[in-house]
Amino acid sequence: MRYIPNTDADRAAMLEAIGTSSIDKLFADIPAHLRRPSLNLPPALSEMQLKRLMAELAARNTTTASAACFLGAGAYHHFVPSVVHHITGRSEFYTSYTPYQAEASQGTLQTIFEYQTAICQLTGMDVANASMYDGATAAAEAAILAQGVTRRRKVVVSPAIQPDYLAVLKTYTAELGSDIATNWCLDDCLREGQTDPVAAEAVLDQDTACLLVQHPNFFGALEPMDRLAAAAHRVGALLVAIVDPISLGLLKPPGAYDADVAVAEGQPLGNSLAFGGPYLGIFASKESLVRHMPGRIVGQTTDGFGRRGFVLTLQAREQHIRREKATSNICTNEALNALAALVYLSAMGKQGLHRVAELCVQKSHHAAERIAALPGYSLAFAAPFFKEFVVRCPRSAADVNAHLLKHNIVGGYDLAAIDARLADCMLLCVTEMNTREEIDCLVEALKSL
Amino acid sequence: MPEVRQQLKYTKEHEWVRPTDDTAVVGISDYAQEQLGDVVFVELPAGGTEVTQFETFGTIESVKAASDLYSPVSGTVVEVNAALKDRPELLNQSPYDEGWLVKVKLKDRRELDVLLSPTEYDTLIGSLE
Amino acid sequence: MTEPLIFELSSPTRTTNYIDDGDVPARDVADLLPADALREGLELPEVTEPELVRHFTRLSQFNYSVDTGFYPLGSCTMKYNPKVHEDVASLDGLARVHPLQPEATVQGALQLMFELQEYLAEISGLHAVSLQPAAGAHGELTGVLMARAYHRHRGEDQRRIVLVPDSAHGTNPATASMAGCRVVNVKSNARGGVDLDDLRALAGAETATLMLTIPNTLGLFDENILEISDIVHHAGALLYCDGANMNAMLGQVKLGDLGCDIMHLNLHKTFSTPHGGGGPGAGPVAAAAPLAPFLPRPLAASRSTTGTVAYYLDYDRPLSIGQVRSFYGNFGVMVRAYAYIRSLGPDGLRQVSENAVLNANYLMRRLKDVYDLPYDRGCMHEFVLSGRRQKAAGVRTLDIAKRLLDYGFHPPTIYFPLIVDEALMIEPTETETRDTLDSFARALIEIAKEVVDKPELVKTAPHSTPVGRLDEVTAARHPILRWSGASERRKG
Repeated sequence: MRYIPNTDADRAAMLEAIGTSSIDKLFADIPAHLRRPSLNLPPALSEMQLKRLMAELAARNTTTASAACFLGAGAYHHFVPSVVHHITGRSEFYTSYTPYQAEASQGTLQTIFEYQTAICQLTGMDVANASMYDGATAAAEAAILAQGVTRRRKVVVSPAIQPDYLAVLKTYTAELGSDIATNWCLDDCLREGQTDPVAAEAVLDQDTACLLVQHPNFFGALEPMDRLAAAAHRVGALLVAIVDPISLGLLKPPGAYDADVAVAEGQPLGNSLAFGGPYLGIFASKESLVRHMPGRIVGQTTDGFGRRGFVLTLQAREQHIRREKATSNICTNEALNALAALVYLSAMGKQGLHRVAELCVQKSHHAAERIAALPGYSLAFAAPFFKEFVVRCPRSAADVNAHLLKHNIVGGYDLAAIDARLADCMLLCVTEMNTREEIDCLVEALKSL
Repeated sequence: MPEVRQQLKYTKEHEWVRPTDDTAVVGISDYAQEQLGDVVFVELPAGGTEVTQFETFGTIESVKAASDLYSPVSGTVVEVNAALKDRPELLNQSPYDEGWLVKVKLKDRRELDVLLSPTEYDTLIGSLE
Repeated sequence: MTEPLIFELSSPTRTTNYIDDGDVPARDVADLLPADALREGLELPEVTEPELVRHFTRLSQFNYSVDTGFYPLGSCTMKYNPKVHEDVASLDGLARVHPLQPEATVQGALQLMFELQEYLAEISGLHAVSLQPAAGAHGELTGVLMARAYHRHRGEDQRRIVLVPDSAHGTNPATASMAGCRVVNVKSNARGGVDLDDLRALAGAETATLMLTIPNTLGLFDENILEISDIVHHAGALLYCDGANMNAMLGQVKLGDLGCDIMHLNLHKTFSTPHGGGGPGAGPVAAAAPLAPFLPRPLAASRSTTGTVAYYLDYDRPLSIGQVRSFYGNFGVMVRAYAYIRSLGPDGLRQVSENAVLNANYLMRRLKDVYDLPYDRGCMHEFVLSGRRQKAAGVRTLDIAKRLLDYGFHPPTIYFPLIVDEALMIEPTETETRDTLDSFARALIEIAKEVVDKPELVKTAPHSTPVGRLDEVTAARHPILRWSGASERRKG
């Protein structure tokens, strides 16, 4: 076997040292009649065979390299500089464990500290943790944090958040006696593409722990964050902002509109689409909430010689110390994805990230205007948008997508799944990766429907 | 051996209380701070908060442990030791003096009667060693 | 040896050009978006690629890793991570696929998920598997939520107590709380197993589940497992198995055969996906048939039409607890685990557990005369020593762990499980040579001598790492959680 170095001679010598006659005897505590069950699995493969098999499986998937992709809706196709994979591919990073032994883990610890700093710079928040599983679980944990801090049970959710976020929030809070308010301005939202702050004021009350708003929202539109933050704070609730980290190259950061917690899906920062994961949950907050944060946090300190070093800190919040009273049960998170985000942000720099965001705005608006000019097509909403927009089509979105696929185009997200009133609507995403030629092809294909 | 100061009353959870006329000062014992190790953070209620005898009123954290604080008496918090915010180490250095936690306006002085005397508390921690 | 922060290497004149100039009309963003939505200023590092690469390469060299040495971290299964897995996971057809693409365009990805579900069900002896949970603790949360949903569905909503042995990992009680349950500890007996009398007394009409790690955190396989299972089921409760230690049991026993109702597996432990310095992992959950309807949705499924098999995502699961994560889980981790199971096959998986258990027993034998072994019996894939003899000499387990770094080894897990004083929890895994085990044993024996002869050397260790022992107290008392040089510079 490729990965087990013991030889028969080694095994014999080791058994002798242990003082037993066979490996089988080492398993004597397992009930004998249940030992060594049959294992109905395919036989072992050589590395050559394995690579052929995996290549065959891979070949049965359409990729962003083999087709033009205009799909977003929570996972995004952005440029990843080669340097990102070369750094995350260093096995000193990817084959190490959680940095429990600080002196032997300064590489990981310093990169997490740098990641926390970069996230604070990007979001305008005071503190960030080392990462959560993904954006959706980060948002759910933010709501639970708000419930704990405010000692209130009601969570008010904008109807324009990514549906997986709402689904995960419901699962996470199912046993905690929560009251999830959603769809309270659904009609407005389906008409305007935005959350109505007046309706928000009406639904927010003294029982509300937090208001969860996605900005840009699921339909791609910008939300009136200043007014929504003020509405939440008026009743003593927290504002949890769900943001697109790429958009922060241009858009006002959550810290600037007084968000209490900012969460994000960090995948667009240097991580592959990878059919949905591993992704990166970004979690940042105001300083006053730091001791209620879930997850690992790295802090700066010194050694006995006064040299700067980094350690896991504020650990009394965590499961291995506080057990049933911990702020969360999370331990393994997405450290390598956080490293990818850090390397991405460092490589792009402020100008590079600004440029990516600017291209997203320019290209998406170019595409939207061209599509809206086609007979039978229109933009569903007038609200300003960042890189995603909703197009109303002459036929069902499912039909349109099937037609686009024949032209080797992966179309938009079919909004029929959200509401029947959107059955002829699709959510298109245009990023810096979509060339003008691809946009031309999309427009031509839509026209030829 | 940890110090057990005279003239105080104790709880089984290692808090002490020093009653004056109608108020009482609350803290944690020398034994408690020794067990916790270096205290890094204390979370205390705001002034005006009602506390209840033997119920939690805050938490105390060291690097490797976290414990709830149990109030020895019922009443209203009238003062919080603000110095602990920046200098939690006072709890280690001076648990009976500078490291006090809160002052409570007593609701019922008779509650003091059920607390441990210094001798009883000394016996308790002796049995834990 | 220290390395500046990336922010300290930044210089405002440095730019990069990774991004196109753009091929659509370059309109001013201010004409497209409202002015009050735009940010003023953005601070991020400004470095060029050579500095960036050197910075992160130097930092990587400050890390201990499986690829640089022996990593006997108990309960973490730090085995070798095959390189071919990294290559196949980065194939365009697996890495550059959008999760919401039409099913017809992702048949390879869905087939991989479907087959991995089947393999893990076969290995665990359970009925169905969800790959959605992103880590072990996430799998635990999924499992306890499923237990709650199951009991509620049967009209037993009062079952809100989760029994947890006192040797359990901290995630078990933390998980129970997140699932709205109350935790009650079960005592261990003198042999390190569950105290059956205590379990009998505690299991009742309000018990949702017993969370049991098998083998337990002492590295022991509970001889009373079938009786434990009976007691739990007799009380109407479920047996949840924490599969963190599955490396001991691959192909040796199926947990479903032992009466397990729900379990999670850690792909980043047993199935050799790299740990990434703290993730990504994956914590698939397997369930017995009565519990399977409660698994998260969607599951990968297959249908056969006109002789060809098509794979799809099955959302039509009305009793499901819902989603625990966006999309379908950490697919990139699934790819590596799938490749691992295909590479090894059934016999290879059995050899993993056999050699893991052999290595642990061998190492335990080599060390048990020098360090106390509180539960002196055959272990599974790991064992727990106590440093109490050394503590009596004035040197703590923490010091011994730090001294091991000077000998070039990563320390074991320490101070866990909580029921062992000064615990050292050692898991060698199957991918180490006998020579490595011998040199590690020699190092620990040598340190035991140093505890007597040169205690100061041990108490001030490590001496060879980039930094010495760090001041965790100040870090927690006065937290510095980000670099703030930029704002200071601006103020100046």
